[in-house]
Amino acid sequence: MYLKRRENFMKQSVKELKVTAGEIRKDIVKMVHASASGHPGGSLSAADILSALYFNVMNIDPENVKMEERDKFVLSKGHAAPVLYSSLARRGYFSTDELLTLRKIGSFLQGHPDMKGTPGVEMSTGSLGQGFSSSIGMALSAKLDNSPSRTFVLLGDGELNEGIVWEAAMSAAHYKLDNLTAVLDYNGLQIDGPNDKVMGVSPVDRKFESFGWNVIKIDGHNFEEILKAFDSAKSTKGIPTIIIAKTIKGKGVSFMENNAGWHGKAPSDEELEIALKELGGDK
Amino acid sequence: MSKMIATREAYGKALVKYGKENENIVVLDADLSKSTKTAEFSTTFPERFFNMGIAEQNMLGTAAGLATSGKIPVASSFAMFAAGRAFEIVRNSICYPKLNVKICATHAGLTVGEDGASHQSIEDLAIMRSIPNLTVINPADAVSADKLLGEMISTYGPMYARFGRAAVPVIYSEDQKFEIGKSITVKEGEDITIIATGIMVNEALEAAKELEKIGLSIRVIDMHTIKPIDEEAIVKAAIETKLIVTAEEHSIIGGLGSAVAEVTAKEAPTFIQMIGVNDTFGESGKPNELLEKYGLTSENIYNTIMDSIEFDDEIEDEENGCGCSGEHSHDGGCGNGGGCGCK
Repeated sequence: MYLKRRENFMKQSVKELKVTAGEIRKDIVKMVHASASGHPGGSLSAADILSALYFNVMNIDPENVKMEERDKFVLSKGHAAPVLYSSLARRGYFSTDELLTLRKIGSFLQGHPDMKGTPGVEMSTGSLGQGFSSSIGMALSAKLDNSPSRTFVLLGDGELNEGIVWEAAMSAAHYKLDNLTAVLDYNGLQIDGPNDKVMGVSPVDRKFESFGWNVIKIDGHNFEEILKAFDSAKSTKGIPTIIIAKTIKGKGVSFMENNAGWHGKAPSDEELEIALKELGGDK
Repeated sequence: MSKMIATREAYGKALVKYGKENENIVVLDADLSKSTKTAEFSTTFPERFFNMGIAEQNMLGTAAGLATSGKIPVASSFAMFAAGRAFEIVRNSICYPKLNVKICATHAGLTVGEDGASHQSIEDLAIMRSIPNLTVINPADAVSADKLLGEMISTYGPMYARFGRAAVPVIYSEDQKFEIGKSITVKEGEDITIIATGIMVNEALEAAKELEKIGLSIRVIDMHTIKPIDEEAIVKAAIETKLIVTAEEHSIIGGLGSAVAEVTAKEAPTFIQMIGVNDTFGESGKPNELLEKYGLTSENIYNTIMDSIEFDDEIEDEENGCGCSGEHSHDGGCGNGGGCGCK
């Protein structure tokens, strides 16, 4: 039974992934609009990365959510919950109809991910830096059990301000967690403005290199590069990998792109309409 | 004189014992394994021990991740750092998703001693018991430290336990049973109840012994679980005895005393005297000197009770008696041998 199901899922091609990411982006703006709150900017910037993970890279099974030896994803930048919820729903963990309940009373789609409520969410996150530490525990556990399970964690660049990120980075290298792949959604903006103006984070590559990580730099909106980077991370032994993905905050919606003001703001009815049109129209 | 063992010593030994029985147990420490006594586990089971360096937040975050994968992580550091530095991780990464992490904090309270106020955790019970889903445990001696650790490991859920640095008397026999959330009445009594936790249980017993000499019957309860607290035992004490005194090696704000008062205020309004560290920081000194200076002694429990009775006496005298629970004879004496303050 189980094997058959796995065979039923075909890894999406780059062409298909582009379509999926487009649908996820539309979901994001609709969800944030419906709840009149949420974080569109950092969700849109990560849509291509999550599409690649959920529709090509990760060994998961929505029919068997707690499958042994499944790969795990942790959204350390928990405020980007809309991109995670849309990815999970479109991958089949729950109905896409649920997406519009985001942040509403009684919904299992909390403002930040809650592993107890949402099928497919592996770790509750929300306060920055914490998810990175949890991913260390997951990867350590897989090592202990000689499990092929791989752990993926998405970090924001503003998140790098948190000290716990560097505690986690140090420990991942110390314990040689080559089954851990971090992805940095490097869009350059945090709530109060550009990273390097609020709190300088660059050079991120050299920081992680000096912490003992394998560093891969890519364009976070180029699927060929994204998939190649995950492949390369998988074949790297003895050290953890971070994929520094240069992205555009608000990617796909002209008035949101590269605008820190859209970090945590909902679009109006008119803005939603424009956004959906730009994202390829809506039924 | 009973045997003296620090609860952290008992914890370290018990960890190895339970580690042999359950291979899901993994232990984490933050560069303090010799002090927290997880070192023996680290040499017995090196593959199941992770030293996370001086990084308590990441240690507890990692513990959360291990728990999501079915491990039973036991993470140790000093109480100040496990409960203080890492508070938000304990709340958001461990308790909110209700993960099976056991936080075993050592060097709690004033008895960490010479290190002084920066290391004396007298707020951890208050902080930890305010977090939903978290069970909070405070063993009184070596036997309870061992047995309660066993209960913690065999019961699912996030838990915090505090252990002490200094050697304390062993008050329980090996066959004593412990149940999380169920207090132990270590001594029955009818007049006054002392509800104590941690190392103050022994002080309560000492005070009770002295008070018995002057004819007072004192009940002593070991409230080893601060949360969920044993409401039944508290209400029973409030109804059956005249006064409740709480005793803890912790601030009087937010710890055992507050927890007991929350129960009585709702179920059986009672006059409560709270013994603990008043709203102040500690200082460097030998554990015993600190306990003495800050009033965490059997003498202070004794005096507090005596003062309360005298206070009671003055009020009641104007009306119809002395206010004690004893039967009054025709000449106004109460039959309590003068111990309650009646003339």
